[in-house]
Amino acid sequence: MSQSDIHRAILGVWRVEQPRLIASLARLLRDVPLAEELTQDALVAALECWPESGVPERPGAWLMATAKTRALDHLRRAPMLARRHGMIAAALEVEQSAMPDFDSTLDDDIGDEMLRLIFTACHPLLSPDARAALALRMLCGLTTQEIARAFLLAESTVAQRIVRAKRLLSESGLSYETPQAEERSRRLPTVLNVIYLIFNEGYTAARGDDWLRPQLCDEARRLGRVLLALKPDEPEAHGLVALMELNASRNEARVDPEGHPILLMDQDRGLWDTLQIRRGLEALGHARMLGGGAGFFTLQAAIAACHARAQTPGDTDWHSIVGLYNQLSVLTPSPVIELNRAVAVSMVSGPERALEIIAALEDSGALKNYHLLPSVRGDLLYRLGRIGEARAAFTAAAALTGNSRERALLKQRADALESGRHVEN
Amino acid sequence: MRYLFIVKANQGPEPTPALMEAMHKLAQREIQAGRMLDDGGLAPLAMGCQVSVERGELKVLDGPFIEAKEMIGGYAVFDLPGPAEALASAREFMQLHKDFMPGWEGTCEVRAIAGSMTQGR
Repeated sequence: MSQSDIHRAILGVWRVEQPRLIASLARLLRDVPLAEELTQDALVAALECWPESGVPERPGAWLMATAKTRALDHLRRAPMLARRHGMIAAALEVEQSAMPDFDSTLDDDIGDEMLRLIFTACHPLLSPDARAALALRMLCGLTTQEIARAFLLAESTVAQRIVRAKRLLSESGLSYETPQAEERSRRLPTVLNVIYLIFNEGYTAARGDDWLRPQLCDEARRLGRVLLALKPDEPEAHGLVALMELNASRNEARVDPEGHPILLMDQDRGLWDTLQIRRGLEALGHARMLGGGAGFFTLQAAIAACHARAQTPGDTDWHSIVGLYNQLSVLTPSPVIELNRAVAVSMVSGPERALEIIAALEDSGALKNYHLLPSVRGDLLYRLGRIGEARAAFTAAAALTGNSRERALLKQRADALESGRHVEN
Repeated sequence: MRYLFIVKANQGPEPTPALMEAMHKLAQREIQAGRMLDDGGLAPLAMGCQVSVERGELKVLDGPFIEAKEMIGGYAVFDLPGPAEALASAREFMQLHKDFMPGWEGTCEVRAIAGSMTQGR
C-alpha cells in the first residue's frame, strides 16, 4: 500500500465517523466551529498514528477520545473567558477519568445536533460561497483540498473562506445557536439553496474542463437525504431531493466516454439510473402529498419527472412541461426559466412561437452573457431551416461559455452547418 | 457510488437482542448521515426457494436446504464517496458483531453497484 493509499483509507475511516464526531463534540462544547476544528485535529492525529499502529478496532472511540483530549487542552490554554469553559472542562475531566465506554458514542441520538450543524453552516449571515464550503466541510467531511478541487479554486482561497466564516459565526454569537421551529422554517429556503448550489456546481459545471463533477452531485444528494431524515414534513425538501435524484439519474448518459456532453434528447435512456428515478418519483410524490406541488423545487422536479417517465424522446409529455414552466414563471419570474419555457413551447407550438419568447428575452438584455440563449436560438433557427442564422447563433454561444467541453460541442454544431453537413436532430 | 453489503453467516443462532439493538442504532446514524438507502434482514432460508439451471435443465429447490452451510442473513445498500468509506463502514458493522455477539462468525461482502460509478471521471 502506498502512502497515499494509506491516507485515503484513513480519510475513509474518519469520514464514516465524522458526522457523529462533530455532532457529539458540538453538543459537549456548545461550539460548532470549535467542534469542527477538533474533528480536523483528530484526523491529523490519526494520519500521524495509524500508518504505524494500524487502524484501531473502534476508530470512532479513538477519534472521539483524541478530540476530547484536544478540547481539554484548548480549554485549559484559553483564558477562562467564561465560567462556561470551566464547567465544560470539569465535565470533560470527569469523563476522561472514567473507564472509556466504547459504544457510548453509538447511543447518542445526533439528530437535533445535525440539524443545528446544517442551520449553522447555512446561516444567512454568511455568503452563499461560504455556506457551501462550510456545509461540505462540516456535514460531508470534505477536506479543504477536496472542496478547492471541486470548486476549481485555490486551496488557500477555500481555507480563508472557511476561517473567515467560522470567525464571523463566533464573533456574532452564533457558534451554538438554537433556532426555534418557526425560525427554522423561515430559514429552510436558504438551506435548500445551499444544497442546490452544491448540486448544480457539480451538475452543470459552469467552468473548467469537465462538464460534470459527480462528486458534488453525490454530496448534495446525501445532504438532501440528511435533511429529509431530520425534517420529513417539509414539502420543498422532498421536492429538492426529487429534483436532484431525477437530474442525477441521467449522469451516466450525459457524457460520452471522451467526456463530451450529450444533450437530453440524444441520450441513451437505457443508461438512466432506474433506482434514482424511482427514488426521485417517490420524493416527488411525498412533496405533493405534503401539499407542496406548487413549490419552486417541486415544480422543477415535476418537469424532470416528465422526462424521466418518457421511454423515448417522442414520448415526452411537452404539454405538461409547458404548463409546469408557466406555473414556475409565475412563481419566480426569471429569464432562465423563460428560456427553458421557450424550448418546451417550441415542442408544442413550433419554433416560431418560441422565437418570440427568445426575442423578448434578448430585448430585455437579461441574459446577454448567457451562452444558452444563443444556443437555444440556434436550435430553433436550425429547425426552421434558417441555417446561416443558426450557425451565427452557435458561434456566438461558443464564445460565451466558460466550459471547454460545452464550447467544443457548440463549435462543432456551428462547423457542421458551415460545411453543409447538417446534423439531424 | 452505491454499494451492496451482503452479510453471510453459518446457519446458527439468531442475532442476540444486544446485537440487534446495536445494528439498529448504527442504521439510524447512517440514515441520518444520508448514506444508507436501504437495508433488511432476510427470513430463514426455509421460507425461500432456489431455482437453478443445471445441465440445461431448470431445477427448483424449496427447502429445507440441509446442505447449505453459509446463508445470506441480511443486506444493505449504501451511497458512499468511495471504496475507502465502504471498507471502513463494513469494518464498523462487523466490529459490532464481534462486540455484541461473541462467537459469531460470518462475512460482509462489499460490492460496488455497476452503473452507479460516475465517481472519479
